[in-house]
Amino acid sequence: MQKYSGFGLLKHALSHHENWQRVWRNPVPKKKYDVIIVGGGGHGLATAYYLAKVHGITNVAVLEKGYLGGGNTARNTTIVRSNYLWDESAKLYEHAMKLWEGLSQDLNYNVMFSQRGVLNLGHTLQDMRDIERRVNANRLNGIDGEVLDPQSIKEIVPMMDCSDKPRYPIMGASWQPRGGVARHDAVAWGYARAADALGVDLIQQCEVVDIIQEDGAATGVMTKTHGVISANRIGCVTAGNSGVMAAMAGFKLPLESHPLQALVSEPIKPILDTVVMSNHVHGYVSQSDKGDLVIGAGIDGYLGYGQRGGYHTIEHTVQAIVEMFPVFSRVRMNRQWGGIVDTCPDACPIISATPVENLFFNCGWGTGGFKATPGSGHVFAGTLAAGKATEMAEPFSMFRFHDGALIDEHGAAGVAH
Amino acid sequence: MFYIYCPHCEEHREEEEFHASGEAHIPRPLDPESCTDKEWGEYMFFRTNPRGIHHELWVHAIGCRKFFNITRDTQTYEIKEVYKIGEKPTITAASVTAAKEV
Repeated sequence: MQKYSGFGLLKHALSHHENWQRVWRNPVPKKKYDVIIVGGGGHGLATAYYLAKVHGITNVAVLEKGYLGGGNTARNTTIVRSNYLWDESAKLYEHAMKLWEGLSQDLNYNVMFSQRGVLNLGHTLQDMRDIERRVNANRLNGIDGEVLDPQSIKEIVPMMDCSDKPRYPIMGASWQPRGGVARHDAVAWGYARAADALGVDLIQQCEVVDIIQEDGAATGVMTKTHGVISANRIGCVTAGNSGVMAAMAGFKLPLESHPLQALVSEPIKPILDTVVMSNHVHGYVSQSDKGDLVIGAGIDGYLGYGQRGGYHTIEHTVQAIVEMFPVFSRVRMNRQWGGIVDTCPDACPIISATPVENLFFNCGWGTGGFKATPGSGHVFAGTLAAGKATEMAEPFSMFRFHDGALIDEHGAAGVAH
Repeated sequence: MFYIYCPHCEEHREEEEFHASGEAHIPRPLDPESCTDKEWGEYMFFRTNPRGIHHELWVHAIGCRKFFNITRDTQTYEIKEVYKIGEKPTITAASVTAAKEV
């Protein structure tokens, strides 16, 4: 792999930037791999990278039906934070946060991780009680967090309406200074490039149509374009399509796929240098480096695979944003899109063995998977390498929905859905 | 936004009046006490989540407040039919596949 550096940039400038190495190969798949990862989004590529780097398993293929990072990785609002309530999830997301902090160096690829802080607003007394409880839990778990009053919020975001005029006045917030945003595409490309350099085969436009089983164990996958590809272990990291993959393997998951929408405005001058989220009125907003406001809406209530949702869902979000930031009322929206998110009943992911031997799933990240990309990949790589759940993955087994040991992050963790 | 026919009101109304309540035709176990944890968990949480034809329960939340079923394509979002609780859908994944093959 050609190392990216300032000096390299200078050197390639002399040849008009025409001799850069291709970022990754485009190999023809082999007949058999140690591990096949289905799904070439951020989580899948991160899994492949850590399998190769941490566990030395390089005979790995990532099969992607479209192009790398073209699903939810390309469609999210890029917020990174780790202020989750329960120990299990706090550990997992904080693990991801620590990896984020060194990720650009690790991958030799600028993922533009910007720790500009995340505010989770409270609008009711109960919101504030939940926020205090969560911040205390975070601090006990070694995660940074503060409870802010409206005056302190005003110091961080001067143009936010912290008066008692809005329908739902802002009563306070939790503040995680280490939270922030990252460049979503760069995360996928950085992991892809680094995994490819370690020998992982990235196969694009290779849709998996069936999972081949013998005696209750998965032995490979049937693909649309390259026939049967065998593997010792298979990891599915297919987000919204996890239910479809599970149906191929012959079991059900405790998931429902919903459209989740986001939108961006026209680019404007720097105005918001942090991330503002409100669970109660449902709006979250940050400003990208390009200048556009990045706004996340809620999920549409029905099951949907269409990567689009209803306008009234956007309207609800935009109403909330305008109430918090009256100054945004005349900003024009530029683009709007939807992704398919696989929501779990307890709003926590599934990193798990399945009823089929040698077949593992990493799914159920729902509306908040981007922030966990490095941690998710790291933990799932450990699970795939060991053939069973690692310590950190253990609480996230799909079988928790049989024994009832759910990790109820709904509402409690600033999860905005 | 969907334009949904409520079979109780016998009128088309906008989606915002309704609330989607998930997969239809999931009977509550007759004797919950005798269920294993697995059976109860499957009933509570596990869903087919199909890409394609889906039978789902909706409630006319700010209308008549009654429940009914919709058969809908989760890929195209097309509403195939609306039917009352207790009735059987005439359009199913199997019937659609069969129609395609003809």
